[in-house]
Amino acid sequence: MNTLTVSVVTPDGPVLEDSFEMVSCKAESGELGVLPGHIPLVAPLSISAVRLKGENPQRIAVSGGFLEVRPDKVTILAQSAERPDDIDIERARAAKERAERRLQAKQDEIDFRRAELALKRALNRIDVVENR
Amino acid sequence: MASLRDIKTRINSTQKTKQITKAMHMVSASKLSKAEEFAKAFDPYSDKIKEVVNSIAGSGQDAEHPMLQTREVKKTAYFVITADRGLAGAFNSGILREVYRTIQEKHQSKDEYAVIAVGRMGRDFFRKRDIPVLQEITGLSDQPNFADIKDLTSETVQLFIDEEIDELVIFYNHFISAISQKVTSKKLLPLTDLQEEAGGTKSTYEYEPNQQEILDVLLPQYAESLIFGALLDSKASEHASRMTAMKSATDNADELIDDLSLQYNRARQAAITQEITEIVGGAAALE
Repeated sequence: MNTLTVSVVTPDGPVLEDSFEMVSCKAESGELGVLPGHIPLVAPLSISAVRLKGENPQRIAVSGGFLEVRPDKVTILAQSAERPDDIDIERARAAKERAERRLQAKQDEIDFRRAELALKRALNRIDVVENR
Repeated sequence: MASLRDIKTRINSTQKTKQITKAMHMVSASKLSKAEEFAKAFDPYSDKIKEVVNSIAGSGQDAEHPMLQTREVKKTAYFVITADRGLAGAFNSGILREVYRTIQEKHQSKDEYAVIAVGRMGRDFFRKRDIPVLQEITGLSDQPNFADIKDLTSETVQLFIDEEIDELVIFYNHFISAISQKVTSKKLLPLTDLQEEAGGTKSTYEYEPNQQEILDVLLPQYAESLIFGALLDSKASEHASRMTAMKSATDNADELIDDLSLQYNRARQAAITQEITEIVGGAAALE
């Protein structure tokens, strides 16, 4: 089976580098699956889980990231990327509640946008941990 | 001549200061090696994002974006990175002097510039001189995470996008080696030096959904990563600079203690000699 090298990089250092058979993720424009031999591609990722399929499948919660594809290599650059084991589930739950409270309080638009993003990130983390 | 006890007290107090500076020296040394590690961990990210940005911007056709365009400069923002604490040699003063000089030279009125301050030393400096501070962040940890400054960087970039500022110049200490750091200023926004470096692009990409939208996402991230990179660089410089400062303070204390010990021994000897002379004199008077 063909594999592609996947590396996940954040400003705080590399998160993961390994071989997988398929990368499936959610780009801003929709779901995207990448198999070995894909044409070079760049796409921004939404706040979501990246699923890496292979012998030891992985799910990674990313936010603020994008995907760079080369025929034999996929690089995911993200402002934050975490494996399920690295996620602090309590903190994510607290962040979720905080964001929900803020969304309910009527505030100006910028705060609303921020709370929305925070909620997305929290939900994404919780989702990754619970469906690992 | 100072009395024996006076000299003794000075030796003791110098000794204690030396203990402190020595401890600070060692703490800074270990923080420096950590900071270097952090800066290294950031490299792959910055290299990669630079590569992708260059290849998109370098591919030429209709890669237009407000962040790439030079517009008439009505307001310049200076992003100044200093430390929270002093005792780091010329680390803070060097930067602040340079920024202050630049501001004095370039601007006549207060509407033409503003400062974004990282670190307490910088913030206090600008506040005292009544220079407008747009954003500030203090109390950053010695090993900052990207998450710690994400809000600051994204707000800064947003200021540029909203045309609140038309130019962003960053001032920081560039880490060259443990004994040498250099005050560096770099024009961050608009991003003008992209195309030049893009020579010989390795691959042409497909863009999903299209180039424009990717630039919208990518360029702010790129600018943020540049700021974060400068911050890590500056942290390493801070520790290096503090380490050097404390090293020389320790050396100076050593020297001072040597001098004082010499003085102390001379005074002691003089006292003994005097006592003997007195005894001999007394004995002679009895005969």
